[in-house]
Amino acid sequence: MMKRDECFRVLARHITDEAVVATYSSAVDWVEIAPRVLNYTSIGAMGLDSSHGLGLALGRPDKRVVVLQGDGSLLMNLGSLVTIAAVAPKNLIHLVTHNGTYEANGGHPIPYPKVDFAGAARAAGYAAVYDFSNIDVFTQQVGYLLGQDGPVFATLHVEPSKALTYDYPSLYDPAKRRAFKAAWQARD
Amino acid sequence: MPGVSGAAASGALNGGGIIAAIKSSGIEYVLSVPDIVTSSGLLRPIAQDPELRLIRVCKEDECIGIASGLSYCDKRALILIQHTGFLDSLNAIRGIAVEYKQPICMMVGLLQHDPELAPRASPRYGVRIVEPILDDMGIPHHLIGVDADVAKIQPAIDKAYAESAPVAFLVGRSPT
Repeated sequence: MMKRDECFRVLARHITDEAVVATYSSAVDWVEIAPRVLNYTSIGAMGLDSSHGLGLALGRPDKRVVVLQGDGSLLMNLGSLVTIAAVAPKNLIHLVTHNGTYEANGGHPIPYPKVDFAGAARAAGYAAVYDFSNIDVFTQQVGYLLGQDGPVFATLHVEPSKALTYDYPSLYDPAKRRAFKAAWQARD
Repeated sequence: MPGVSGAAASGALNGGGIIAAIKSSGIEYVLSVPDIVTSSGLLRPIAQDPELRLIRVCKEDECIGIASGLSYCDKRALILIQHTGFLDSLNAIRGIAVEYKQPICMMVGLLQHDPELAPRASPRYGVRIVEPILDDMGIPHHLIGVDADVAKIQPAIDKAYAESAPVAFLVGRSPT
């Protein structure tokens, strides 16, 4: 079993000009580890992170989009696996941290903590699907994964994390959204 | 029950005119779950139209996230759904369209609506509550019931994107 923050530290070493979409606990960890203008944090409609990511990927096919979604969030938008697979954006990487709990809502278990998200993504039709439980394996393969034609899906099996502080005004900050938009629209 | 006044009281609604208005509004993407009101007159021709990219989604609230993501790329999208899906998506609309002030443009078919009646006067509870909900959320809305209403579409979409704010078009009659 891995830790979410250690996975994100490994991931951050490979992130350059990608948009990174993150919500709730994933967003708290990610913005602390990798504060950057191309972070797109989405709060207020749990589960839609994968859909935001699809929109960003469609709108900038020349750029890559990484979605960091929690397991509870994906369960609220499980159909997005099918939608994304059907649209098949080559520039979308969809990473789901699976800790079996609604961490931002008191740590209660998801309905079936053993649910096989990678299996669901594979059945939906993602171009490539991974399942990581070992940080050394993830460290070795994440660079390759990020460079593959998508949509790419990976489950990261992680422990529930320490108690987090959710700074929603910062995650929601309209100024950060405007800065993201300007940076995301900028042409090389 | 009160009827719809003026030109909306009777008439026809041409789907081709609506699609032309959608295109002239700069819409590139149509995001949709099928709606029986707009199925034949809008969704089927849109699916065949090379100038529009149709994204079929599994559940209506996905459209809100996708349209938001596209708006960050200055790409315009129209969400084509049934009023039941609109009701199901209210939290996403509240959070993303209203509180995040995103240009979410929705075209909502009023299932089982009698076009001779105003939506607020519908005997169908689900239809009757749509406009009051939009009013409470501060979302401007336009009834599209006859061909004359189609002229409302482009200015309203331009305004939504200019002001980064949502808008809803309520389709009260099946376009032909």
